[in-house]
Amino acid sequence: MGDILQLVLKRLGLGAITLLVVSILIFFAVELLPGDIAQAVLGQGATPETVAALREKLGLDQPAVIRYFHWLAGALTGDFGVSLVSGERVSAAISDRFVNTLFLATYAAVIAVPVSIVLGVIVALLRNTLFDRVANVLTLTSISSPEFFLGYILILYLAVKSNYFPAIASLSADMSFGDLLHRTFLPALTLVLVVTAHMMRMTRAAIINLLASPYIEMARLKGVPPWKVIVKHALPNAWAPIINVVALNLAYLITGVVLVEVVFVYPGVGQLLVDAVAKRDFPIVQACCLIFAATFILLNLAADVGAILTNPRLRHPK
Amino acid sequence: MVPKRDVLLRISDLRIEGYSDEKWVEIVRGVDLTLHKGEVLGLIGESGAGKSTIGLAAMGFARDGCRISGGSIEFDGMELTTTPESDLRALRGSRIAYVAQSAAASFNPAHRIIDQHTEAPIQYRIQKRVEAQEDAMQLYERLRLPNPGEIGFRYPHQVSGGQLQRAMTAMAMACRPDLIIFDEPTTALDVTTQIEVLAAIRDIVDQFNTAAIYITHDLAVVAQMADTIKVLLKGEEVEEAPTEEMLDSPKEDYTKSLWAVRSFQRPQKHRPKEADAIPIVSVQGIDAAYGKTKVLDDVSFDIYPGMTVAVVGESGSGKSTTARCITGLLPPTKGQILFKGEPLPPRYQDRSKDQLRQAQMIYQMADTALNPKIRISEIIGRPAQFYGGLHGAKLKNRVDELLDLIELEPSKFYNRYPPELSGGQKQRVGIARALAADPSFIICDEVTSALDQLVAEGILKLLDRLQQEFNLAYMFITHDLATVRSIADEVVVMQRGKVVEQGPKDEMFTPPHHPYTDLLLSSVPEMDPNWLTTLLEERGTDAIGEAADV
Repeated sequence: MGDILQLVLKRLGLGAITLLVVSILIFFAVELLPGDIAQAVLGQGATPETVAALREKLGLDQPAVIRYFHWLAGALTGDFGVSLVSGERVSAAISDRFVNTLFLATYAAVIAVPVSIVLGVIVALLRNTLFDRVANVLTLTSISSPEFFLGYILILYLAVKSNYFPAIASLSADMSFGDLLHRTFLPALTLVLVVTAHMMRMTRAAIINLLASPYIEMARLKGVPPWKVIVKHALPNAWAPIINVVALNLAYLITGVVLVEVVFVYPGVGQLLVDAVAKRDFPIVQACCLIFAATFILLNLAADVGAILTNPRLRHPK
Repeated sequence: MVPKRDVLLRISDLRIEGYSDEKWVEIVRGVDLTLHKGEVLGLIGESGAGKSTIGLAAMGFARDGCRISGGSIEFDGMELTTTPESDLRALRGSRIAYVAQSAAASFNPAHRIIDQHTEAPIQYRIQKRVEAQEDAMQLYERLRLPNPGEIGFRYPHQVSGGQLQRAMTAMAMACRPDLIIFDEPTTALDVTTQIEVLAAIRDIVDQFNTAAIYITHDLAVVAQMADTIKVLLKGEEVEEAPTEEMLDSPKEDYTKSLWAVRSFQRPQKHRPKEADAIPIVSVQGIDAAYGKTKVLDDVSFDIYPGMTVAVVGESGSGKSTTARCITGLLPPTKGQILFKGEPLPPRYQDRSKDQLRQAQMIYQMADTALNPKIRISEIIGRPAQFYGGLHGAKLKNRVDELLDLIELEPSKFYNRYPPELSGGQKQRVGIARALAADPSFIICDEVTSALDQLVAEGILKLLDRLQQEFNLAYMFITHDLATVRSIADEVVVMQRGKVVEQGPKDEMFTPPHHPYTDLLLSSVPEMDPNWLTTLLEERGTDAIGEAADV
């Protein structure tokens, strides 16, 4: 186990370095945006004096490199500065929203991951049958449709025409958990439809890839029934690619949900980010991007570790 | 001769088709076979003869892309060609079991050995898990596996190849089947390990009076195992006879040619007598390591121009690592390598183009050593261009000349791709690629071990002719002592990273030997059907652990 711990630490270190590089990119990409921040915040009518005063207050008169290190030092302690628009602390503005986003992502993942893996196993078992083809066509259709389109279709049929679920996923503090699940069901379902195809097809491909292996032939020659050949002999060796795709999709559920949040008016980070970009509220943009990057890196790290843990050669060294 | 017993398996006019190039091609063409209870039938032939396909058909099984298209397979009164798949499945593992060529690939890496062993008995409700595990341990003991009570609880990668092969035989025995198909069970093993596995298989088949179909391309092996031998060629039977009769007086020409393969022998050459003769390659006291694991320990030997030095030893003895040191892929941690008396830089990156040109390499797996997407002309042309600076018409002439040398017609092969070639032809291209650099020294790493005997012999003859023509020096890495006998001038025996003995071939093959050389030499199967029995008696308890308890 010592080896695995060492490996995880090494990956964590690499992740930290990646995050550092990403932070540089984020900071200076925002710098490259045209126009003057102080001018944009104050509007066209501001006098040169007030603009200069704001620039000084925001520290914009200092060189970019120095401001980057200030920002980085703050970010390391969880202080991303204050919003240029509302004056609220960025960390406070983001934290509630981020919890909402995490909730929606978890909701969708809890449904999508088991469903897609089970479906993947079933289509691998029934490969090249009608069921396999229908499942393929349906999941491909759902992955190829833009998510806002899927969202509106669901609203049309499940909210407007039949009234099973609310069309708008607004939240309030005094909702019960059941209410919460009910109200956020449609955005969660939209996300499930978007990510299922990818994971299911990878599960199918990873399993079918192994079916030509000698140990699968051996299992068949021992008289093991087909479903057990897949579940017991192929699946345990197929985890590594499956886990990687699951991690990528989980990352998407957190960072790629902007459109779905907008469609369902759901108060998540995605909406906050869109608003902040429109209003040139750069501290918030930078903080959101950094959080998204960290999510990606952490989930990929988890996938790497997961793939290692499912490999018996690494789990049980000689 | 086997006494008349009940017929267990009767195959008649079996026809099997394989799907290739978008059409069905017959790969087994009307084979008959009768097997009695407790009888062992040896199926022998080159690759592509249909041995494995027939073996699997005896279980009512056809690989993906194959189908049984005609004939009948009658197992204990049951016609397998018309039996539904679910009933066939009930036979497999319980009444007919299978032992695959590579146990390392055929055990599932994700499960413990004993869990794979007990899968069939539990599934068929023959035994409960605990009983099945106890039975497995007893079988492990009978098959003379070390720590029989514990070894099953390991994962396949934690156990050696020979042990895995015995564990797989134990697994086949789990439900005490009537018939076991052994599909080249010792082909992937070293000779010393092969003996243990052969002895174990023979004992256990005897003890339980199990019938077996023993598939192999090695005549000497089948002579030890089978009561009857059937020779196959391209999906058809050549002849069948009781083992002794088949060995003493084969009737068909093809069988005779198989028997004669091991006869190629080239005159042995000796080192130049002059005291100032310089070896082309001189390995001087090298150590090498992979990470912290030391794999070579003070290895020294010389190779003189125009001579063949065979480096022999079991897998893991450091043969290929020595080659990697000579080619500069793995810099030694100690010692040096002289080329024509000059020290070679340890890393190939630091060697001159001329140094690189003079030492070339031919690989074991021609399949993986040739890029499948590149034409033969380019595979051979690249080194000629890189080292010889040839272009245009000169390059084409050189490639044609090389193709002529390896006896492949230039007009036919110039524009082909490797996948269109047979195994032997691919290996010839590998040889031409090495020759294209105009080297003075070639490392041949197990170049014939993936080939059938007749094809391998062709390659050996070609290498010999090229050696005479160009005064090439060969370092011939092999674990096959028959190959050593036919082509080597000098022999270096390696064990666990050390050279245990070296000298001219005639001396090495005459006693007294180093004990390890002796073990290697005596482990090579001979055509005498009593060879294994005699050998086991001679060795008694020391070499293979415990003597057979029957």
